[in-house]
Amino acid sequence: MSINATLIGQMITFALLVWFTMKYIWPPLFDSLEERRKKIAEGLAAAERGHEDMLLAEKKAKGVLKDAKAQSSEIVSLAQKRANEIVEESKDTAKKEGERLILAAKAQIEQEIQQAKEGLRQEVAALALSAAEQILCAEIDQAKHQDIISKVSNQL
Amino acid sequence: MATEAHAAEGATGYIIHHLTPLSAGSGFWTLHLDTLFFSAVLGGLFVWFFKMAAERATAGVPGLVQNFAEMMIEFVDTQVKDSFHGKSKLIAPLGLTIFCWVFLFNFMDLFPVDILPLVGSLMGIEYLRVVPSTDLNATFAMSISVFCLIIFYSIKIKGPWGFAKELMFQPFGPWLLPFNLLLKLVEEIAKPISLALRLFGNLYAGELIFILIALLPWYIQPVLSFPWAIFHILIITLQAFIFMVLTIVYLSMAHEDH
Repeated sequence: MSINATLIGQMITFALLVWFTMKYIWPPLFDSLEERRKKIAEGLAAAERGHEDMLLAEKKAKGVLKDAKAQSSEIVSLAQKRANEIVEESKDTAKKEGERLILAAKAQIEQEIQQAKEGLRQEVAALALSAAEQILCAEIDQAKHQDIISKVSNQL
Repeated sequence: MATEAHAAEGATGYIIHHLTPLSAGSGFWTLHLDTLFFSAVLGGLFVWFFKMAAERATAGVPGLVQNFAEMMIEFVDTQVKDSFHGKSKLIAPLGLTIFCWVFLFNFMDLFPVDILPLVGSLMGIEYLRVVPSTDLNATFAMSISVFCLIIFYSIKIKGPWGFAKELMFQPFGPWLLPFNLLLKLVEEIAKPISLALRLFGNLYAGELIFILIALLPWYIQPVLSFPWAIFHILIITLQAFIFMVLTIVYLSMAHEDH
């Protein structure tokens, strides 16, 4: 329990330890702590900024989406209108075409009727003629009428 | 003292034997080799560990060693920032050194009391006191160093005249100068003495109790030494902490100019 020269030895050891800690241990460790603290602070700030950016982008995206929706609905309504128009147009065209066809058919029918009438008329004429011929043949002798026939043929 | 201890028999002899340091030389020039050896080894351990951590230190993800070292650094730094408001390159590393060194000193107390002396005796070393903080020389070495720093910083910050004025004219004004001086001197000198004796007393008593427990029959020993060791974990940390905090407080007082 006596104080002796050990004290001096211990003081030297202590001084050396403190000097070494001060010189080689504390600064690098403390600096790395500070640096990490700074890094973390920067990271947090960046995260905050990112979050804000995201909110902004979300807002922007919402606006764009809204615009797109409006535009698309406009397009759809335009298209519908156009489709209606086309349908109307084609209806018109079809109607006209139908009318034209009907007219043409009517004309053809008329023509055919005329032709048939003509045919019939000719046939009737031929029939009448042949009937008349036969009657005439029965009544008239060729010799009697040779004069008339030859007169006619002379006139030709 | 050594021959006395050797002569004594039984329990007293056992206790004295355990509390006798391995010494060389005589008179004032006696050296307690065990104290010097263990404190140097423990100091080396501390420096080696923290140096390793400092070399590996990165600002990125820290490893286990760096993590622990940084935890200690943060812990000491918080203590320093709490009580010391100036700028000093010395105080925080000093606090770290004191805390770790004293803690390691005290930690030697948790080794079973007979193990290291037994190893020593096998190597032919008769006396071995393994806990450096049960040696007044070790505790006083630190507290006197701290005291020198207190005086140094008092004079450096306040100037010689400022420091002298503080000693003479406070706390009761210039008319009670001798009384002031006496009071201040006692106050200053009490600092290193209380620092050293507090640590020494706690650890000496703790070690003594371990030795006393070791004297009991073997089947009672664990029942007593286990709780005492657990309690002692608290004490050794607390004592290291107190020594560090008081050092910081004293040095910050030395830095304060009234």
